[in-house]
Amino acid sequence: MNIQINDENKKATRQSYGEALKTLGEKNPNIIVLDADLSGATKTSLFAKAFPERFFDIGISEQDLMGTAAGFATCNKIPYVSTFAMFAAGRAYDQIRNSICYPKLNVKICATHAGITVGEDGATHQMLEDISMMRTLPNMTVISPSDDVQTKWAIEEIAKVNGPVYVRLARLETPNIYQEANFTIGKGVQIGEGTDASIIATGVTVIEAIKAKQELEKQGIFVRVVDMHTIKPIDKELIIQCAKATKKIITIEDHSIIGGLGSSVCEVLAENYPTQVIRMGIPDTFGKSGKAEKLMEYFHITSQDIVQQVTGV
Amino acid sequence: MKIQDIKQLQQIANHIRIQAIKQVYKAQSGHPGGSLSIADILAVLYFNQMNIHEKEPNNPLRDRFILSKGHCSPALYAVLAERGFLDKKELETFRTIEGKLQGHPDMTKVPGVDMTTGSLGQGLSVANGMALNSKLNHDGYRVYCLLGDGEIEEGQVWEAAMTANKYHLDNLCVIIDNNQLQIDGTIQEVKGLENIEGKWNSFGFHTIVINGHDIQQIIDAFETAKMTKGKPTAIIAKTVKGKGVSFMENNVAWHGKAPNDEEYHIAMKELGEEEEEN
Repeated sequence: MNIQINDENKKATRQSYGEALKTLGEKNPNIIVLDADLSGATKTSLFAKAFPERFFDIGISEQDLMGTAAGFATCNKIPYVSTFAMFAAGRAYDQIRNSICYPKLNVKICATHAGITVGEDGATHQMLEDISMMRTLPNMTVISPSDDVQTKWAIEEIAKVNGPVYVRLARLETPNIYQEANFTIGKGVQIGEGTDASIIATGVTVIEAIKAKQELEKQGIFVRVVDMHTIKPIDKELIIQCAKATKKIITIEDHSIIGGLGSSVCEVLAENYPTQVIRMGIPDTFGKSGKAEKLMEYFHITSQDIVQQVTGV
Repeated sequence: MKIQDIKQLQQIANHIRIQAIKQVYKAQSGHPGGSLSIADILAVLYFNQMNIHEKEPNNPLRDRFILSKGHCSPALYAVLAERGFLDKKELETFRTIEGKLQGHPDMTKVPGVDMTTGSLGQGLSVANGMALNSKLNHDGYRVYCLLGDGEIEEGQVWEAAMTANKYHLDNLCVIIDNNQLQIDGTIQEVKGLENIEGKWNSFGFHTIVINGHDIQQIIDAFETAKMTKGKPTAIIAKTVKGKGVSFMENNVAWHGKAPNDEEYHIAMKELGEEEEEN
């Protein structure tokens, strides 16, 4: 995979989402968008401006938001639904489960402000359990993109999936990683061939893993990075292959280490190729207020933390 | 199919009651009380009001019905069978692992079921989505959503009521099965729930209070709703839980209980169903 990191040009995946949604709206008249009073923050406002008749602001009522989207989906519309991850996966879990996933309705839940990288708003707004909750739901696809190119690909690609999808988006601005959108849902992206360790990352931590890889190379340690943009269905083959080929498996995520990417990897390896896994992420705790970058240091999910895990220093 | 004759519609309602009790008896599981209270409303909707066709259950221009109080599925399955969406034989498979007729309605399994329900309070939001779609496409179809009175204790119902008001969904008609009872007692005892009409009224709905067992009143209310422009309608149907079976009427014990052999025979007799001799 051809990657080129440009630290000067950063963008949050929520912004990429808003831009992609507007493009998608131009191509597909069946796309409608619903939000719950957060369109400025989730960036659905970009769609709303372009297609006001296909945008529905449901107000501060996330349960109603999910149900209304389900109703549209029964009529063959493709609703993209946005609010913060906390209020989508958390507040409206029952509605997502019973009114969307059980009847397998074609609702695309694009939840922004996931993880501790929300920053200053603190624990009540830092969703750390959404991957866990969403991936246990039958019929659900869970995607957690890492950069602008991948997010735009995902937003367009999920319109072709017949069924519910949860997309996890971030507020933190991060550098673009990819040159081209050569991705497949359910297939992780392997970056590098190193055999000293595999760093399996998702979302905002992918760039940290890539930076750690570059840093380690200077020390003569060669790792591979896996960008696991699809959490469900998880890429079993690639995980097993990495466990066989590398000395260490490390997972890293801006999410609780319970139930998220780390757990998904452990499940695959426990059943197929028992291997020790180091899970980096938020331990069994809530987040806190602070600058996103500082919080990443506080919770040890930076490139430096990965370097330390790999070198044991 | 549009049946105008009141007597005929009453007979259909009676068939719904008989078939609902039969399903619950056969399965020895299910919710008879609330199924009996909505039988007359369903008879009018499916045989007098709704633009539907049993051969085209997914026609995009059809009227929609959501049974938000999904536990009263026996009545819904009965009316769908009566209307030809289902084979009546299938009613015998209610709540069995072999059958399609789940305890709560599943739109992916049963033709004519417009939405999967069961977790209370969720139907009205979905109805809004359907009604908004009708407006967006200029399809012209109407959406009906039946809620229990206990069910409106769920906060999502009022979130949805605000949405219906915001978008002036005059193609939406809500029916409240106001039978006064929920599992733990009366709606006053359990939640202090009063002035249902005032609540819907203040949320911007045109409200109509009727006797939910009077076929003519039910028809008139739906016709008034159709002519009401610029706002959604809420019909508060005063009903009797367990209507038609003396020992079930107004008795909260029959919310979710199956009759035994003796009770079943009495119920069938009271509903005028002649049983086959074994």
